[in-house]
Amino acid sequence: MYLSNWLKKPTFRPTAFMLSALSTNAIAAPTDRWEINLSPGVTALGQEVFDLHMIIFWICVVIGVVVFGIMGYVLIAHRKSTGRVPMTFHESTKVEIAWTIVPALILIVMVMPATKTMIKVYDTSEAELDVLITGYQWKWKYEYIDKDGGENYSFMSILSTPQAQIDGTEPKGDNYLLEVDEPLVLPVDTKTRFLLTAADVIHAWWVPALAVKKDAVPGFINEAWATPTVIGTYRGQCAELCGKDHGFMPTVVEVVSKEDFKVWLASKKEGSIINVDEKLSLEDMMAKGKTAYDKNCAACHMVTGTGIPNVFPALAGSAIAIGDVKGHIDIVLNGKPGTAMGAYGAQLKADDLAAIITYERNAWGNDTGDVVQTLDIINFKK
Amino acid sequence: MSEHHGPAKGIKRWLFATNHKDIGTMYLWFSFAMFFVGGSFAMVIRAELFQPGLQLVDPQFFNQMTTMHGLVMVFGAVMPAFVGLANWLIPMMIGAPDMALPRMNNLSFWLLPVAVTMLISTFFMEGGAPAFGWTFYAPLSTTYAPPSTTFFIFGIHILGASSIMGSINILATVMNLRAPGMTYMKLPLFVWTWIITAFLLIAAMPVLAGAVTMMLMDIHFGTSFFSAAGGGDPVLFQHIFWFFGHPEVYIIILPAFGVISEIIPTFSRKPLFGYTSMVYATASIAFLSFIVWAHHMHTSGMPLAGELYFMYATMLIAVPTGVKVFNWIATMFGGALTFETPMLFSIATVFLFSMGGLTGLMLAIAPIDFAYQESYFVVAHFHYTMVAGAIFSMTAGIYYWMPKWTGKMYNETLGKAHFWIAFVGFNLTFFPQHFVGLAGMPRRIPDYALQFADFNMISSMGAFIYGGAQLFFLFIILHTIVKGKKNTDEKTWEGAHGLEWTIPSPAPFHTFTTPPTVK
Repeated sequence: MYLSNWLKKPTFRPTAFMLSALSTNAIAAPTDRWEINLSPGVTALGQEVFDLHMIIFWICVVIGVVVFGIMGYVLIAHRKSTGRVPMTFHESTKVEIAWTIVPALILIVMVMPATKTMIKVYDTSEAELDVLITGYQWKWKYEYIDKDGGENYSFMSILSTPQAQIDGTEPKGDNYLLEVDEPLVLPVDTKTRFLLTAADVIHAWWVPALAVKKDAVPGFINEAWATPTVIGTYRGQCAELCGKDHGFMPTVVEVVSKEDFKVWLASKKEGSIINVDEKLSLEDMMAKGKTAYDKNCAACHMVTGTGIPNVFPALAGSAIAIGDVKGHIDIVLNGKPGTAMGAYGAQLKADDLAAIITYERNAWGNDTGDVVQTLDIINFKK
Repeated sequence: MSEHHGPAKGIKRWLFATNHKDIGTMYLWFSFAMFFVGGSFAMVIRAELFQPGLQLVDPQFFNQMTTMHGLVMVFGAVMPAFVGLANWLIPMMIGAPDMALPRMNNLSFWLLPVAVTMLISTFFMEGGAPAFGWTFYAPLSTTYAPPSTTFFIFGIHILGASSIMGSINILATVMNLRAPGMTYMKLPLFVWTWIITAFLLIAAMPVLAGAVTMMLMDIHFGTSFFSAAGGGDPVLFQHIFWFFGHPEVYIIILPAFGVISEIIPTFSRKPLFGYTSMVYATASIAFLSFIVWAHHMHTSGMPLAGELYFMYATMLIAVPTGVKVFNWIATMFGGALTFETPMLFSIATVFLFSMGGLTGLMLAIAPIDFAYQESYFVVAHFHYTMVAGAIFSMTAGIYYWMPKWTGKMYNETLGKAHFWIAFVGFNLTFFPQHFVGLAGMPRRIPDYALQFADFNMISSMGAFIYGGAQLFFLFIILHTIVKGKKNTDEKTWEGAHGLEWTIPSPAPFHTFTTPPTVK
């Protein structure tokens, strides 16, 4: 049982709760609940970083033990209450030189392996797979670059933990806040280069098990790389404060076999083709639109369409949502420069855009009756 | 000392204060008040993080809390506290009658409440207070910032003006008003650390002013310093910010070093070991602080050569910092130690600051910094240096000099109790943060994954204890002023040294109107 769940018990008493936390709970809990160290992860580079971390850590421990040991000895042995008369010495050039040079030598010992590893961290050459990662407020876009000149395949990866779990009205799942609708899929034993950028503010893509953390800076492309060696799912989070939902944009990577990866990518590319002539009724559009809106727009404009006063504008009754359809499509597709409103034309597929705009024009009492179809979006783009 | 030169009556005494002791007192009370404001924000943060899920505040408000906690603590609490200490002590330590520029002294204090009021008023504006972290990285702090950011920018400008004036005043005082015979190499170490800090402030604050002015231009006047869309660079902001920001952490810590360099010799009954090397080490740290800024930005996408340079330069800081720690221990070595409250807080400063120094050394190693960057490991590290370094030593200084300021002695039992509560509370709060940071918890998040739950709960409990310890501290100070035992002993402490311990207790309104002669 999680420690924090004890709070919800009606019989909660702080002392009993502390004791139980430190005894029974520790035994019953899975080991990673008390994880206190870095993980070597599933890459050779991660192992090397971990080893370096441990070397530096133990050097620091030895320094600490020696320095604090001497200090502790002095505090005990040189107390006034032992009847001592204080000595009067107050300088020694020899000693000063010694404790300047010795630490400098220790630093040289540390610097050598650190430099070696640092050079490896920056070696993004000869990658077999390139993935373009774009940070958005508050989701990630993953784009597989097709090196043979074919279509790139891309998708959005968004937190899938239900709001009810966050609000505490539902029990929290095992991967609370570390789960997404669609993870980044990578082939095992393949050197993958990550090209990182952002569409709005600075984010940082961090997956501890891959030993990758790199800032995604709008307007610039940073590089990082990893060669995962073990099949499995690895979870991390955005590491650079990026606004309201910074804590709610996890990074999830699923490493699969090379064959599975090929099949997966091919089928995804196939499935991403949309039917441009599809026409939906207002009812169907509203249903589809609500799902897409809640996923992509509600973080700022809120599920209720009310926004946050003076930060994110309301859509309910807004001049854009009940005004000219073209203007509405324009702002959704192209964004509003100089504000937090991004350009969604490049982020979302035409059918979802059509559904979202239709939903915004008819939900929360907007009731314009307008239905925007997939073809309208495609025509607008032309 | 003529009678008619006493303090003015009523509010005029404070509004028009030019006396260094009155201004010092105002600085100290003001910073103490801000310490509680910033501390209450920390309590909100720790209460929300007590368990997973969102219970008390929404994420936007949580970000406002982390932002304002940092800003208020750095600019409202810690920096003014040490300026207050400088105001009280520097004239008394160098045998001067007052600060060299008393009217400017008044102005530099009274700008502070103005600036902080502007900063706090943003909470009541539509869109709320700044929510982009105390490091306010663009473009989150420009294009994506709430409208109140403009108030924040002007607040920072005014704070900077106040700091620069305070620094000029300190330098003018030390350079011109030393008593006959008080040569530079006889100055108490606290004065030396402030000389160097004042230079750092004069060099660094204009850089900060430049950064916020560029933000102002980007927000209101259509420039694109920090926007790639207009040919600018968001990472440029980080370079400018940290060119101020790294010296800033030494601005905070160097006077703290000065304080404990006064206290440790007193309670060791032995002169400070290696005075000369302490002065040189302080100057070296100050110099190095200007050439290491980008170690805060290892993951920002610097070229490899930049990564390596900033790693090497940063590691060098360990050398002069080590020298200081070794000198303090050598000062205690062979002394006759007693453990009054100021000494306890000073020893804790040496111990806990060194722990922060060791994690700092780990963070300096660029390839492993990639793992630590922006995690709770960093939060733990800088609270070990800033709280245990600056605030513990400040607390030590208050206990140490309060009997001189007020002529009243604090209750030693209460003082020691305060120390132990604060020591335990502090470590309970921040030690587990090393663990969750290494295990992968990012900083500045209002909610976290379940595997971090237990350590966060322990950390929050520690924070409440540490917060409670500060209320206890307030009580002890008031208790001392109202009911404390009279202290009329000029020297006060058996091992006390320096000019401030040659004047009566409590220190009269005017001291050293005729300069003492220093042999």
